[in-house]
Amino acid sequence: MKVKGKSWKFGDHINTDDIIAARYLNTTDINELASHCMETIFPDFSKKISKQDIIVAGENFGCGSSREHAPIAIKGCGISVVIAKSFARIFFRNAINIGLPIIETDFVEKISQHDILEVDFDQGVIINISNGEKGEFFKYPEFLQQIIKSGGLMSWVKEKYIR
Amino acid sequence: MTITEKILAIHAGQKEVVPSQFIEADVDLVLANDITGPLAIEEFERSGAKKVFDPSKIVLVPDHFTPCKDIKSAEMVKVLRNFARRYGTRFYEIGKVGIEHALLPEEGLVLAGNLVIGADSHTCTYGALGAFSTGVGSTDVAAAFITGKVWLKVPPTIRFIYTGKCGKFVGGKDIILYTIARIGVDGARYRAMEFCGETIRNLSMDDRFTICNMAIEAGGKNGIIEPDGITEEFLLSAAKAKGIFYSSDNDAKYENIIEIDAGVISPQVAAPHLPSNSKSVYEFSDIKIDQVVIGSCTNGRISDLRKAAMIAKGRYVHSEVRTIIIPATQKIYRQALREGLIDIFVEAGCVISPPTCGPCLGGHMGVLAKGEVVIATTNRNFIGRMGHPESFVYLSNPEVAMASAIKGKISHPDEVLK
Repeated sequence: MKVKGKSWKFGDHINTDDIIAARYLNTTDINELASHCMETIFPDFSKKISKQDIIVAGENFGCGSSREHAPIAIKGCGISVVIAKSFARIFFRNAINIGLPIIETDFVEKISQHDILEVDFDQGVIINISNGEKGEFFKYPEFLQQIIKSGGLMSWVKEKYIR
Repeated sequence: MTITEKILAIHAGQKEVVPSQFIEADVDLVLANDITGPLAIEEFERSGAKKVFDPSKIVLVPDHFTPCKDIKSAEMVKVLRNFARRYGTRFYEIGKVGIEHALLPEEGLVLAGNLVIGADSHTCTYGALGAFSTGVGSTDVAAAFITGKVWLKVPPTIRFIYTGKCGKFVGGKDIILYTIARIGVDGARYRAMEFCGETIRNLSMDDRFTICNMAIEAGGKNGIIEPDGITEEFLLSAAKAKGIFYSSDNDAKYENIIEIDAGVISPQVAAPHLPSNSKSVYEFSDIKIDQVVIGSCTNGRISDLRKAAMIAKGRYVHSEVRTIIIPATQKIYRQALREGLIDIFVEAGCVISPPTCGPCLGGHMGVLAKGEVVIATTNRNFIGRMGHPESFVYLSNPEVAMASAIKGKISHPDEVLK
């Protein structure tokens, strides 16, 4: 799988209240959640981005609450992948579980705001088309690959337990 | 092995586990609330599953936006209620409900040696009972409803050894804020935080809950304290059982060992907008406040209310400060009534809220307007956490919060008591 999109850069410790404020958690509607994505720190984020665009961030992305509404809001906006130096642990598992691609890499330092990126998940390669830089990233361990291949945790559970 | 590794190994049916290993572990309890539960239930229903693995091990606690603040939250609680009725899971209705992480230990639902997952980041609180407990997402919970299992990566452990005696007005909150300031909000990311040493041994259960509750604020996967006589007394009273007491081996492998002299810690205040911005209360001069909140899963227990009442007794809160007291559970509320604490608070000009997470996450029962400043005994001071994106949250222990309410600005309790 390959995706190509514009980068939207954020700093370190972007927390789940930044991604989706608690006042919007009285719904589970993906479109409504998406419409408020990042608005505390980046008003109208969901309107400014295009489908397949990419969030690029620093350390500890997604720290704070366990709300799955955060990766859902990001996915709902049409963001194709989140690339960060590191992820907070609950956000990491939520993203895997709902099938939002995430990549942990220091290549973030070679990406500027609005650079055009191409990510090749099968090869584990990110190409920064805007500056010609190329970076590799580690593939997920076997166990997580199984979950991702199934299309998320629930599909994996269905295959293993319900059928 | 460490205590964390031992609990994970036994629940994964293995003799031994090592950090970074992926395991599928049996869970003893699965928790979800009115925010995360509906998403889990949607996923559960979409999967086509017809039954849950064990209804007695599933707890649904509508505590965040209850008593329901609007129609949408009422609909979300209804989803939980209907699911609980249909599948026979545990559910706490208004009148019985309390803040989940105070409620579950009080109800005796968590024992030492248990493995607990909850779709709430502060699920790490139960580590104070010598359990492995960690926050997960709604989909994890949906899967666990069906399978009774969770996938986990075994975390490396950081051991925090505390020595020395806590000073006046210093408790669990100050110890954990001081620790987070030292290691940062990602200082224990993906790690188990094992809290030990003579200082911890001398702390009450309430203080231990506060410490483990905020492990997530340092990025920790779980916080844990080896159970002892104090744990046993609590468990026998709440649950009439104690579970299994594990402890770390002498040759257990730690990724890091951090020693902290608790004797030098003064009451802490964390400035906006990260819990790691914590400093001694003495370093805050002339920070005027609009609101005080004393409550939450971090500091809404009976000993927290006693500490706040001791400062409030016979005094009146500042005329420009709104002070909101939230007993974390109905049992704590009744105990506070019996002890006359509620009287002290009301006489002092505070308002009492029913048990709810409410203002801690900017939900209801005390949301901040633009530019307003709050000092709260809660756990997070992120941008916009308690209301308007341009409001300011300071975190502290109950004594500092109440002293600040009386003075109208961030204050050391001695400034009120002198």
